Amino acid sequence: MTTLKERKGAQQESSNPKLERSARRRESWRGFFHAAPAYVYLTVFFTLPLLIVFVFSFASRSRTGRPELEGWNLDSWARLGEPLVRTIVVRSFTMAIFNTLLCLLIAYPFAYWIATRARQSTRTLLLVAVLIPFWSNFLVRTYAWRMLLDSDGYITQIGEFTGLWGRMLFTAPAVFIGLVYGYLPFMVLPLYAALERMDWSLVEAGRDLFASGPKAFRKITLPLSKPGIIAGSILVFIPSLGAYVTPDILGGAKTTLLGNYIVTQFGSARNWPFGSALSGAILFVMLLATVAYFRTGGRTV
Amino acid sequence: MTDSIAAVSLHGVTKRFGEDVVAVDDVDLEIRDGEFFSLLGPSGCGKTTTLRMIAGLEFPTDGSIEIYGEEMGISPPNKRPVNTVFQSYALFPHMNVEDNIGFGLRMQKIDPAEIRTKVGEAIELVQMTGMEKRRPNALSGGQQQRVALARALVNRPKVLLLDEPLGALDLKLRQTMQLELKDIQSEVGISFVYVTHDQEEALTMSDRIAVMNEGRMEQVGRSEDIYDSPGSLFVAGFVGDMCFLTAEVVEAGAVRLSGGEIVRARTSDAAGTSVTLALRPEMLHLYAEASEAPSGRNAVKGSIARSVFNGGTMFYEVDIGAGGSFDVRVENKPSMRRWDMGDSVVVDFHPEAATALAQ
Ligand SMILES: Nc1ncnc2c1ncn2[C@@H]1O[C@H](COP(=O)(O)OP(=O)(O)OP(=O)(O)O)[C@@H](O)[C@H]1O
Ligand SMILES: [Mg+2]
Repeated sequence: MTTLKERKGAQQESSNPKLERSARRRESWRGFFHAAPAYVYLTVFFTLPLLIVFVFSFASRSRTGRPELEGWNLDSWARLGEPLVRTIVVRSFTMAIFNTLLCLLIAYPFAYWIATRARQSTRTLLLVAVLIPFWSNFLVRTYAWRMLLDSDGYITQIGEFTGLWGRMLFTAPAVFIGLVYGYLPFMVLPLYAALERMDWSLVEAGRDLFASGPKAFRKITLPLSKPGIIAGSILVFIPSLGAYVTPDILGGAKTTLLGNYIVTQFGSARNWPFGSALSGAILFVMLLATVAYFRTGGRTV
Repeated sequence: MTDSIAAVSLHGVTKRFGEDVVAVDDVDLEIRDGEFFSLLGPSGCGKTTTLRMIAGLEFPTDGSIEIYGEEMGISPPNKRPVNTVFQSYALFPHMNVEDNIGFGLRMQKIDPAEIRTKVGEAIELVQMTGMEKRRPNALSGGQQQRVALARALVNRPKVLLLDEPLGALDLKLRQTMQLELKDIQSEVGISFVYVTHDQEEALTMSDRIAVMNEGRMEQVGRSEDIYDSPGSLFVAGFVGDMCFLTAEVVEAGAVRLSGGEIVRARTSDAAGTSVTLALRPEMLHLYAEASEAPSGRNAVKGSIARSVFNGGTMFYEVDIGAGGSFDVRVENKPSMRRWDMGDSVVVDFHPEAATALAQ
C-alpha cells in the first residue's frame, strides 16, 4: 500500500519546477486583474478613511476644538487609560458579549430547526422570513420597538395583564430586546449555512456508536458547526460593541457606551483626535481578535 | 455456534415512506450466529432500509426485529448491540484516526487505558499502524474504509452491519478488501450482515445470501444454492450469467422448447405450464456430432451465430432456429476446439443444469 506522502513525492519529481513557477505567476497576475475593482474600492472607501482617522488621532486641538495637524502628540492615546474610558470599555464589552451569547442561544435552535426541514422550499421561505426586517430602515424599526415597549404599548399591556413585567422602555431589558432583535439575523445566517452543510450521516454514525442524542449533538453537531458559531459571533459582537442607536433610543441614553462616547467626541465634545484614538484602539483590538481566530481555529474542519 | 438462537430475525417487517413508497415489504429473515450473510439486490430494492432498521436508524412500519432473541421495538441505535459500517464511511472529520476508532468505546465510558489497548489492536487488525494521528481527509478511500471498519469492530458488536463498504473502491482494491474482510470476519467470529448490489461479491464472500427485489426477499440460501438452483426468474437473471429459453412443461422432468425439441430439466410446475428454461453458459458444452456427446444428457442441434473472444473464455451464441439461442462459454485451453460462424454444433448439457422457472 502506498502512503499519501509517497504519492505526493512521486508527483513532485515528475513535474517541472520552472514551468510550475511561471504558471503560478501568470495565475497570480490574472487574479490581480480580476480583483482590481475591489482593490480600488477598498482603498478609496476603506483604507484611506482609516488612515485619516489614524492621522487625526495624533492631532492637537485649537481652543475652539478644531483639530490641528501641526502639533503632533500622543495626548489622545494617553487618555485611553483614564478610569472613565476603562469603565465605558468594560461596560460596552460586557454588553456586547452578553448580546452575542443571547443571540447564539436563540439563533442556534432556530437555525437548527430551519436546516433540518426536509423540503428545500420550506427552508428558503423561513430564511426569507429571517431577512424580511432588513427591508425597512433600522432606525424606523427601533422606534417601532419604542412604541411597543412604552407605557401604552402592547408588550407593556401584556406584561401588566399577566403581571409578569411592567414598562421596559429605558431599561436594560429594553436595550437587549432591541439588540437581539437587530443582530439575530447575522447569527442565524452563518449558523444555518454551517448546519445546512452538515453531513447528518455523521450524527447517525455517532448514534450507532453508542452516543445518546444529546451526546451526539455535543460531540458531533456542535463541533462541526463551530465555523458558523464563530462567524456569527464575530458578525454580532463587532456591531454590538459599537452600538449606539439602540441604547440611545430604547435605553434612554442613561449610560454611556463606547458608540455613544465616540459619537460625542466627534459631535458635541468637538474632540476629533480623542474620538479617532478611541476608534483606532477598538479597531486594533477587533483586528487582533479576528486574526487570532483565523490563525487558530478558523481553518480547521 | 448455537443453532437455537438467531443473531437477527425479522418477522413480517414492512417499511413505508409516506403513502405510496413501500421500501421493505413483509420480510421474514433469520440471520444465524457467526455467519457472513449478504443482502443482495438491485439499486432501490430496500437493502439499506432493511439494514437501517436492524441498526435502529429507522423503525419498521409493521413487524418486529429481534437481535439474539431480544425484541428491539423502538430502542434507539445506541441501545442496540450492533454497529454499522456506512456506505460513505461517515468518519468524523474533526477527529483523527485514533479518536474516530475510539469513539464508540468512549461513549460506553470504558476505562481510558483499556480504550488505548483496544484501539491499538483494532488499528493493527486493519493494518493502519502509523496513521493514528491523521485526519480522515488525509486518507485514501481504502484507508478510510479500513478506519470505518475498525471503528465499528473495536466495539465487538454482536452483529456488524456493512452497507456496500467496498462500493467506492476500484476493482483491484475491492478484490483485496473482500478477502481481507472475510479473514477478519472469521478472526473475530462476529455475524456480518453485508449489503451489496454486486452479485459476484456476494457469492465470493457470503455463507448465505438473501436476494431482494422491490422490497421482498426473492430467495434465501447458501451461495451455491442461489447460484445452482435459482428459485425465481429474477434470481436467475440477477445472479451470474444465464441464458433463457421459452419452453413448456410436458411432464415432470421434461420440457418442450419452442422449436419442438424435448429436453430433460428440473421442473416444479404441472404439465402444460409455460416456463422459462434457465441455463448457465459455462455448464453447456459444444460437440460437432451428437454421437460425440456423452449419452444420458441433453443434446440440441444448432449453428454458431456469433463468437466472442474474452481472454480466459470463449463465448458462442448458438442459434437453434425457432427455439431461440443458447449462450455457451468455453474455457480457453490449448486443447479447446474453436468454432467458426455457421458451423453446425450440438449443445450438450446435464438435466440438472437446466432449471425450468415459472414465468
Ligand atoms: N427516507 C426516505 N424517504 C422516502 N423514500 C425512501 C427513503 N429512503 C428510501 N426510500 C425509498 O425506498 C426504496 C428503497 O431504498 P433503499 O435505500 O433501501 O435501497 P437500496 O436497496 O439500499 O438501494 P441502493 O443499492 O441504491 O443503495 C427506494 O425506492 C427509495 O427511493
Ligand atoms: Mg443502499
